[in-house]
Amino acid sequence: MSRSRFTRRFPATIAVVGLALAVAACGGGASSSSQDTTGAAAELKPNADLTKQSLQVTVWDGYLPKELADKVKATLKVKDMTITLHDTNEIAMTKLTAPGDSGIDVAFVSGQYAQALNAMGLLEPIHPELIPNLANLYPEATQLSYDKGNKYSVPYTWGTTGICYRKDLVKKVPDSWNDLLKPPAWADKKVTMMTTERWLALPALKALGFSVNTDKDEEIEQARKLLLEQKPHLLTYDDTTFGERLQSGEAVMVEAWDGWCPTTDPKGNIGFANPKEGSDLWVDTMVIMKSSKNKEAAHALINYILSPEIHSWAAENINYKVPNKAAMERVKIPKGSLLGITPDKLLDGESIIDLGPASTKYTRLSADIQAAK
Amino acid sequence: MRRSKFLYVPFWATYVFLYLPIVVLVVMSFNAGDSAYSFDGFSLKWYGELVRDDRVLSGVVNTLIVAAGSTVIATVLGTLLAVGLVRHTRSKVLEAISLMPAVLPDLVIAIGLLLFYGAIQLTLGLYSAVLAHGVFSMAFVAAVVRTRLTGADTSLEEASRDLGAGPVTTFMKITLPQLMPGIVAGALLAFTLSLDEFVIAYFTIGNSEQTLPIVIYSMIRFGVTPKINALAAILLLVSFTAVIAGQRLTKIGESRAQD
Amino acid sequence: MESKVKARPASRSRGRRLGAFVFLTPGLTYLLVLLLVPLALVLSYTVFQRGRFGGVVYEFTTENFSRLLDPLYFDVVVQSLKIAVLTTVIALLIGYPTAYLIAQLPRKWKTIALVAVVLPFWTNFIIRVYAWIILLSGPGLINSALNVFGIEPLELLYNDGAIVTGLLYSYLPLMVLPLYAAIERLDPQLREASANLGASAFTTFRKVTLPLTLPGVLTGSMFVFVPSLGNFVIPELLGGSKSIMVGNLIRQQFLTARDWPFGSTLALAVIAVLIVLLMIQAWVTRRA
Repeated sequence: MSRSRFTRRFPATIAVVGLALAVAACGGGASSSSQDTTGAAAELKPNADLTKQSLQVTVWDGYLPKELADKVKATLKVKDMTITLHDTNEIAMTKLTAPGDSGIDVAFVSGQYAQALNAMGLLEPIHPELIPNLANLYPEATQLSYDKGNKYSVPYTWGTTGICYRKDLVKKVPDSWNDLLKPPAWADKKVTMMTTERWLALPALKALGFSVNTDKDEEIEQARKLLLEQKPHLLTYDDTTFGERLQSGEAVMVEAWDGWCPTTDPKGNIGFANPKEGSDLWVDTMVIMKSSKNKEAAHALINYILSPEIHSWAAENINYKVPNKAAMERVKIPKGSLLGITPDKLLDGESIIDLGPASTKYTRLSADIQAAK
Repeated sequence: MRRSKFLYVPFWATYVFLYLPIVVLVVMSFNAGDSAYSFDGFSLKWYGELVRDDRVLSGVVNTLIVAAGSTVIATVLGTLLAVGLVRHTRSKVLEAISLMPAVLPDLVIAIGLLLFYGAIQLTLGLYSAVLAHGVFSMAFVAAVVRTRLTGADTSLEEASRDLGAGPVTTFMKITLPQLMPGIVAGALLAFTLSLDEFVIAYFTIGNSEQTLPIVIYSMIRFGVTPKINALAAILLLVSFTAVIAGQRLTKIGESRAQD
Repeated sequence: MESKVKARPASRSRGRRLGAFVFLTPGLTYLLVLLLVPLALVLSYTVFQRGRFGGVVYEFTTENFSRLLDPLYFDVVVQSLKIAVLTTVIALLIGYPTAYLIAQLPRKWKTIALVAVVLPFWTNFIIRVYAWIILLSGPGLINSALNVFGIEPLELLYNDGAIVTGLLYSYLPLMVLPLYAAIERLDPQLREASANLGASAFTTFRKVTLPLTLPGVLTGSMFVFVPSLGNFVIPELLGGSKSIMVGNLIRQQFLTARDWPFGSTLALAVIAVLIVLLMIQAWVTRRA
């Protein structure tokens, strides 16, 4: 490039970069100032006119009854309700923490993510007076370690993580996380793990005898090594379709949330094992966004979901235990189902909590493992 | 003309390779069973399921809105840009910039826009995807119109200017009508590319809106079902019809022109 | 009237400048705001630290670049290059003879053959990838077919081969079309002359046909290489989480890890590769 051409182009380049930096700087400034509103609860009217409010909900696929939106419109008389789907917690977090108004009123995320959203000042405190059905919850479900007293989140489902397996295709019933981490020859390349950061680390941390909430670099490093060694022996990482992979015989053992382990499959050949090293207690929660302009309707929706008829739907149709005593008492527990696990048994699991800035260590861990050969 | 026989091997291999998956897709869409892998008898049930799927239907509507909106932007701005580049400047830099969106991987454009929308705190929606699609569509419209312009006869434009018409008048009365076939072709290309575009929409569209490619993508992530095959078969039918209709129309146009 | 004629040269150059302004400003402004500024942002974010949930902390760091050079990530970049090159080479090897034959077909068949190459491209991109899941997966159709002949199921999905197949399927038409355009333009008399002078078919191809169609080869190769290199959908759906490409890393950094600076750094690596290739292409075209 000749000198004169370069000098002619140079100012333009500077202008573009400068403009970009200016835009970036403005953006950064605005976002930090918008976070100062933590904790202030909005004034909500118990008898607000819901016909003027519309609801936008984000949730995992298959996690709510298909006809819920229509029922909510008919029962609560809200103007409209639309449901969008996210496939993992991380995707939901990306949506909810994106600059600008996400437009979402009610979000379904796991407990530790609700804790993180609240720490960022993005959640509206729960107004218990607008949700009388909170009384239906098990007492245990109001004392969960990520949010004691349900100040900003309401539990929707809960359960534990374990090993889901094909009874007819395993040579030995798995009882340890090591069965997954170091699969025997008959299971080589026929096991799957989850990639959502904390659940990717869980089997390795538990197998090593560490807490699922550790933020110690050397413990995470040991887990990382174990997971890197495991990778060549995996079929794939899978957070959503591991149940189908078991049913098709593509996989023989998978890391699974209890509810998505298809133990009620009519062939009766799928089992669920709680590894002896222990596991977690996870909770999927409902939260209301501070940016919501339809907070009364959002509370009404949560109250409606907590009613025994609706909440028992979740237990019966997605096979997840719900922390709702009144709802669970209505549920007929089918053969092979894991719905019978009682709350006190669930509480044996270690509750996953958000680790603040140290949480990015797990993000990095997951990214590293996925990048590895 | 001599043609060596061995050339026919890759020739036919190409067509088998291109059409085998399509045949399989269509056949499996008529599956009576729930599996996308094994055929358990003929049925149209997946087509019924598809028509009742609100997500698919709203995906189709959103895709059409995004494609139409971005095509309008791209056609207007791309045509002006092409004329400007060919007739009013010799700058290689500007030419390179106008081609950039066509050369860069869609992922790079997508994340750039994600950062930009983030930095200006824009709430994402359908319009943010429309603006994003406009970027690469414009590059293609400009490229197509430019090829037509460079081959075009400039004597009429010069005559118009000599008669005292300003650049805008010349453009409206002389250049634009001459360019029309190129503009239409560019617009069609932009529309088609936008219909198919997944990555950029995936990064720049709002939470409550999904284009059809995004709907299909999330369906696949939650497992394979013959419903996706049914959708594929319908899309194939639509594009086959469009292509054949397009061919017929150009043929009719050509024969009229010859008469 | 007279004054107008006199003033023509001046008004004409003013008209030219006005024209440049009227025609170029709208499009270039659009590209400045929605392409150049975003790209500059990508560039600038590479030297900053991540925010916890996306965004950036404006503190200078070189950590993103040292992380890029970490074998864990650098290997993925190299691997992506290999996959993209392999795809391009295979596309060229089967695309060239195909385009060559199409160019020699009678006119009616030529159109049909060309339309037939492009037609699959008209179905949705995601659906084209989906078709290969059905064909290749463990319980999929190829394995079912093999099973009929008593062959054990093969591991066809979730490896590099599956990714190359998917990329090839998606982008092969982009190779055939520019090649066809280049071959079609060849004067058949050149080849006949070469043959008459006693050159073998291969020599004719090497000395006459290939050099004259080289621009088409380069264009087609870029058309296949660029979308292959930056792809994340195909490696995700066909490579599973075990064979991954740099596109997956970028997507993951933006949509799940929320590490915008490192995602930007990976994107910069892709852009750098492209710039080098475009320079090579320009150099080769100029020499040819």
